[in-house]
Amino acid sequence: MAEKIEMVALSPTMEAGVIVKWSKKVGDEIKSGDVLCEVETDKATMEYESMDEGTLLSIIVDEGAEVPVGQLIAIIGEKDEDVSAIIEEAKKAPVKAEEKPAAKASEEKAPAKAVKQTSGSRPTSRSGKIKASPLARKMAEEAGVPLNSVDGTGPNGRIIKRDIEKAIADGPATQVASSMREQVIQVSKKRKIIAQRLAESKYGAPHYYLKLSINMENIIAARKQINAKAKEKLSMNAFIVKFVAEALRRHPQVNASWQGDTIVQFGQVDIGLAVAQPDGLITPVVRNCESKGIAAIDQDMKVLIDKALNNRLQPQEYTNATFTVSNLGSFGIEEFTAIINPPGAAILAIGKSEKTPIVTANDQIVIKPMMKVCLSCDHRVIDGAVGATFLKDLKDMMEDPIRVLL
Amino acid sequence: MAEITFREALRQAMDEEMARDESVLLMGEEVAEYNGAYKVSQGLWEKYGDRRVVDTPITEEGFTGIGIGAAMAGLRPIVEWMTFNFSIQALDQVLNSAAKMLYMSGGQFNIPMVFRGPNGPAEWLGAQHSQALQSYFAHIPGLKVVVPSTVYDAKGLLKSSIRDNNPVIFMEGELMYGWKGEVPEEEYVIPLGVADIKNEGTDVTLVVHGKPYRIAMEAVKVLEDQGISAEVVDLRTIRPLDEDAIYESVRKTNRCVVIDESWPFASVGSHIAWLVSKNCFDDLDAEVELISSEDVPMPYNHTLELHAQPSVEKIVDAVKRVMYLD
Repeated sequence: MAEKIEMVALSPTMEAGVIVKWSKKVGDEIKSGDVLCEVETDKATMEYESMDEGTLLSIIVDEGAEVPVGQLIAIIGEKDEDVSAIIEEAKKAPVKAEEKPAAKASEEKAPAKAVKQTSGSRPTSRSGKIKASPLARKMAEEAGVPLNSVDGTGPNGRIIKRDIEKAIADGPATQVASSMREQVIQVSKKRKIIAQRLAESKYGAPHYYLKLSINMENIIAARKQINAKAKEKLSMNAFIVKFVAEALRRHPQVNASWQGDTIVQFGQVDIGLAVAQPDGLITPVVRNCESKGIAAIDQDMKVLIDKALNNRLQPQEYTNATFTVSNLGSFGIEEFTAIINPPGAAILAIGKSEKTPIVTANDQIVIKPMMKVCLSCDHRVIDGAVGATFLKDLKDMMEDPIRVLL
Repeated sequence: MAEITFREALRQAMDEEMARDESVLLMGEEVAEYNGAYKVSQGLWEKYGDRRVVDTPITEEGFTGIGIGAAMAGLRPIVEWMTFNFSIQALDQVLNSAAKMLYMSGGQFNIPMVFRGPNGPAEWLGAQHSQALQSYFAHIPGLKVVVPSTVYDAKGLLKSSIRDNNPVIFMEGELMYGWKGEVPEEEYVIPLGVADIKNEGTDVTLVVHGKPYRIAMEAVKVLEDQGISAEVVDLRTIRPLDEDAIYESVRKTNRCVVIDESWPFASVGSHIAWLVSKNCFDDLDAEVELISSEDVPMPYNHTLELHAQPSVEKIVDAVKRVMYLD
């Protein structure tokens, strides 16, 4: 009996997937657990493992096509079985061709452009530069006429004096010359999800922000000492995540989620760490940080980040963080405000650790490595005083780690 | 104003300067008793005698050297070369003695003298006697090079050249000797190193010197009929060069055609084209054009001979190219 193989939801938020590559071809014997194909979901490229056994009789959806969850993509059955009826049925519900919204958008956009579009050549040399006489260049610059908006009537389309005079006479230029070109980039599934989720969070959750500076002197010194003897160096992020986890353990109101009619205070601390990828960002989650040591957290993070950079994170590895940490210190960012990553109710934005003159209690100026952090809170879940107490505790523990044992 | 010929203008200039200054003398082949090969020195021997108008042997290097020695000794000689084709025999004297003496003597010896004669192609003279050699002399630091284009200019410029305390190469043209033009009765001089706008225009600058001035002015008329207004910058002097006059005109017209009847390679014209390209870069709406003689020895065949040289047609075509009208 032939089995219909349908697109399944390979991530919690997946509604449709693109078949990147078929790993089997028609006629291949399939065992349960064999990878049939690779599917690009909203977050990652996943392997689609077969739950059926038999011969791959037909591939309905070609590589590169996007299909909604539940739609037939292949048929597995006994060798030489007639599946034409199933294929015929599938054809009635045709595969949705991949949309080209970007191309459509650019078509619509062209006539609305502010720049006057005229026919004729836009003369460029092999190097891509516009050909214009020196005088024409000078005149264009003085008149603010972008050369790429002028038609050249000289040899090989060279822009000459009379062309600039005409351009000036035809009307004032509306743009300054630019060496850049407009590009229309198709939005990937991942970017769509990022856009949708962040917009939902930013507009849905009333954010407020708490900022303070943390003296990192002791943690830097401790890390230096530990790393001097360790085989594998522990990252600063592992230290930060551990202290955050400890602070969350003490302030469960911050380790929580708005659920409409209820607020959930999570029974564990799962911290997401924002990781930049070439085509977006992802937040791999270190589970149970409240009961893990810094070394274990660091080990988990290294594995997850490596997977993230190679697009190999499984959905359970990047969803349902109870709290998120985003660190842009390595870019030299002093401080920033982050958007809360649902279902969590708060995110901590970490800036660069920087030598800063500070005034001590007895009015001395000393230089300390100060790190600015900013906590974004969902006010529906965390009131100002709650967030502030949490952040102050975090600061106190990081500046004076022995407090963790109190 | 009296209308006289180009050769008469030159004669008047020499006559007036010889009368004005006893140290001025004329020497060269056939300049005295025969009144000059092209009759430029007509009557001067009769008037000033053997001491001041001297026939020399046919030895350019020799009499040019004697002239330089006389200049060092305090006289102001005018050395006439029968043509500039023969000046090449004397080039060593000019290059290594006349041009460098002031410098190498630490300022002790001026060479106040004029080397003059016809330069450039005439007609039916063959390859060896049809060539424009101004670049040979313009190349040399220490010389002044004067190239009159009209009767009026010839007289005023030659008088200034004779009075100048430096060696001056004064280049005439065989075909120019019969040209007619008006000169004032009263005395006048034209300073060296000052160009003259021979025709004012707005669309294109023609830079010219010497004999091709005439075809440049004919081209101006042809262009005028086609609604194109050409400005003619007549250099008058190649060294010192009135660069400012050229640039001022090009900055007005944005286009430049240089005319030089020499060969094109390393010529006065190519040098001016470079100067304009360099100094008027942002004012140019088109490449600088150079109308020169073709890069060949002069053909004897008259049709080819004419085709090898700048012409009205070539100038008009070049103007249309720089105006993007072709």
